[in-house]
Amino acid sequence: MTEQAHAAVPYRTFVIVWALLLVLTATTVAVSRIHLGPLNIWVALGIASLKSALVIFFFMHLKYERLLFKLFLLGALITLAIFVGLTFFDVLYR
Amino acid sequence: MSEAGHATVHKDYTGAKLGMWLFLFTEIILFGGMFLLYAVYLARYPKEFAAAGAELDIVLGTANTVILLTGSLLVAVSVSAVRRGSRKLAQWMLWGGVLSGALFLFNKYLEWSTEIRHGIYPNSPVLLQKEQGEIIFFGLYYITLGLHGLHVFIGAVLLAVMAVWVATGAVNRDDFVKLENSGLYWHLVDLIWIFIFPLYYLLL
Amino acid sequence: MTETHSATADDRGFLAPDGKGLFGWIFSTDHKRIGLLYMYAILTFFLVGVALGVLVRLELIAPGETIVSAQTYNALFTLHGVIMIFFFIIPGIPAIFGNLFLPIHIGANDVAFPRLNLLSWWLYIIGASLAVGSLFSGGGPPDTGWTFYVPFSTQTTTNVPLAVFGVFILGFSSILTGINFVTTVHRLRAPGINYGRLTLFVWGLYATAWVQVLATPILAITLVLVILERLLGAGMFDPAKGGDPIMFQHLFWIYSHPAVYIMILPGMGIISEILPVFARKPIFGYWAIAFSSIAIAAVGSLVWGHHMFVSGMSDIAILVFSLLTFLVAVPSAVKVFNWVATLYKGSISLDPPMLFALTFIFLFSIGGLTGLVQGAAATNVHVHDTHFIVGHFHYTMFGGTGFAFFAGLHYWFPKIYGRMCNKRVATVAWALMFAGFNILYFSMIILGLRGMPRRYYDYLPEYTDLNVVATVGSWIMVTGLLLMFINLFRGAFRGEPAGPNPWGGLTLEWTLSSPPPSENFATPPVITRGPYDFDEGKSSP
Repeated sequence: MTEQAHAAVPYRTFVIVWALLLVLTATTVAVSRIHLGPLNIWVALGIASLKSALVIFFFMHLKYERLLFKLFLLGALITLAIFVGLTFFDVLYR
Repeated sequence: MSEAGHATVHKDYTGAKLGMWLFLFTEIILFGGMFLLYAVYLARYPKEFAAAGAELDIVLGTANTVILLTGSLLVAVSVSAVRRGSRKLAQWMLWGGVLSGALFLFNKYLEWSTEIRHGIYPNSPVLLQKEQGEIIFFGLYYITLGLHGLHVFIGAVLLAVMAVWVATGAVNRDDFVKLENSGLYWHLVDLIWIFIFPLYYLLL
Repeated sequence: MTETHSATADDRGFLAPDGKGLFGWIFSTDHKRIGLLYMYAILTFFLVGVALGVLVRLELIAPGETIVSAQTYNALFTLHGVIMIFFFIIPGIPAIFGNLFLPIHIGANDVAFPRLNLLSWWLYIIGASLAVGSLFSGGGPPDTGWTFYVPFSTQTTTNVPLAVFGVFILGFSSILTGINFVTTVHRLRAPGINYGRLTLFVWGLYATAWVQVLATPILAITLVLVILERLLGAGMFDPAKGGDPIMFQHLFWIYSHPAVYIMILPGMGIISEILPVFARKPIFGYWAIAFSSIAIAAVGSLVWGHHMFVSGMSDIAILVFSLLTFLVAVPSAVKVFNWVATLYKGSISLDPPMLFALTFIFLFSIGGLTGLVQGAAATNVHVHDTHFIVGHFHYTMFGGTGFAFFAGLHYWFPKIYGRMCNKRVATVAWALMFAGFNILYFSMIILGLRGMPRRYYDYLPEYTDLNVVATVGSWIMVTGLLLMFINLFRGAFRGEPAGPNPWGGLTLEWTLSSPPPSENFATPPVITRGPYDFDEGKSSP
């Protein structure tokens, strides 16, 4: 007994996402060559997050999944962020 | 949503995907531990991290990024292909994914053999002469990328198995969740690299 | 309405031989058989852990070297901790009673991934065997304490890698159980079992499963880093190479503190099952208890630094973690208040499950209160690494999870084996355990306050008296333990036949035969009321 899945994602969608990912990759390499001081790492992480969102929502199909899946992913990411954040209360203030 | 229980094994498409996503969370947290260490030591050794990162091969790193992204494209297409009954296309896409993994690992071999030839590996005499921050950078580099490479290998094997199962029909348009889940694993491997690349190769 | 199956002692249900012998068990995907496989393996390791504990207490009955050398003593308490924590308490209730009863509580015929469930058990066996292998190979059993702190764990010549690898494998057993249980709760509930009708045992298991999924991977990477440090010397935690040993402690406790909630939440779930049945009253504050399980899991993931107040952490971190630690006491207190309120004006039956459940509340509360002393940074400095800590975690882990485990064992024993165990012997055993427990561990609380350090084979002469008291207490307690197990063992073979519902419970397992059939529900049950509605449903024992 299988359920109905949503319609197959068009190939075109994937190719466009892939093209965007390549553009973002070029961008992150280019920006990394410009001296922005401490801003560099945050820009890099920001672009990486954007690329990740594209992979997660389209390649990994999360855009078409039910809300529960999205909430769970958010929960897992928040958990990791908390682990890092609370550790920095120690590391930054020694 | 509930499932009626049978004595036979029942198929629960959503449940299978849910289980796979939960497993992916564990992988995210596993690598998260390595990224946590990276963040702490980057904050402590910003200059040394930049100096050490400059020694990495940005061309091979960028190439590997493009390779994995393309592999993900092919795998994503393969799922849609199976769902439309395009078995041949799906198999080509999946073997393309396997190839992307192989290329990635080959590049990694090139990088590492160069670095090791220059005496840069954990606990090497050359490395121990460097600044502490650089020693830590390369420690994190080898462990994180090594762990990631292992996952690339596992992912490539999974894709190969899926390619065979598409050929035999074990994966088909009415029962393709194993392919979807393998695809999820592969995309996760890609995701981790999306963060590794700027953090290790693009530091200034 | 749900079906009621009648039973005789001859109808062995899922226990009945299926013609495949041992292979019908160790390759079974039936959640009930897997639950029992876990039970036999886990209880075996528990008894080994008890024996190690007895040896530790024998060494400590007198100052100086008493029965073993200092090196052997270090290995003894390390193994005692590793076995009790990783082989007994963490897997214990979810793997045994969760596997046995989670599907039944939600009206399902099995968990979401039965084959993965079997794999979980095999990973447990393999991991535990590897860890035990460290006793007989390499440099011998690890002497680092169960916490494997660097730098000692990366330098000691004992067989840390094998033991740590064994625990690593066990971690995956735990992760797979967590994945299975979360998916099962979301996907396999029978019609009518909305979230408001889940049993509190299931709520506890669900919250636990999330912690297993999200926290255990950090343990995995931490253990891998210890092994790699010994093999490669990358320097992650080595100050000579720029590393920070405190980072090991962060990574270790980011898992190991939530781990104690993996231990206690299912136990609290059991207590919430037992109290309504033996007070014949609905549970007080169902939603408060359900949400407090989620709250404990969530807030409990934020407090790990309270193990590190004296490590060299920043003052700000000490402040933050201390504050968060006080917060996590709140949802636990909510449960205690609700349990006590459940008892108020109830019709109490002091059967063995209830005795263990009531003493759980008492012992866990003491453990929790001593936890407050530790959570306050100023007092923590005085009790850290003393026997006060040892007393605290035995009150919570043993008096808490351990007694909840025994409560569940007595509660569900008739369901699993179709027989009752002797009530009088069980009561005597309980009394011996309760008395011995307090003599043993309250002495430690006092010794710790007086300054006796932990993990030393020797101590100053002024601590001798209470150490003798504690060791005698351990003998009383172990006598009770052994009596309890003998009673259960005899009961399984010669106890009075039990019908489907000897206690008068309202949850779904009591509608099945004892033992339950291989296929739990021939047709899915349809549920129209909550699991603790003693006012509405009439169930006769």
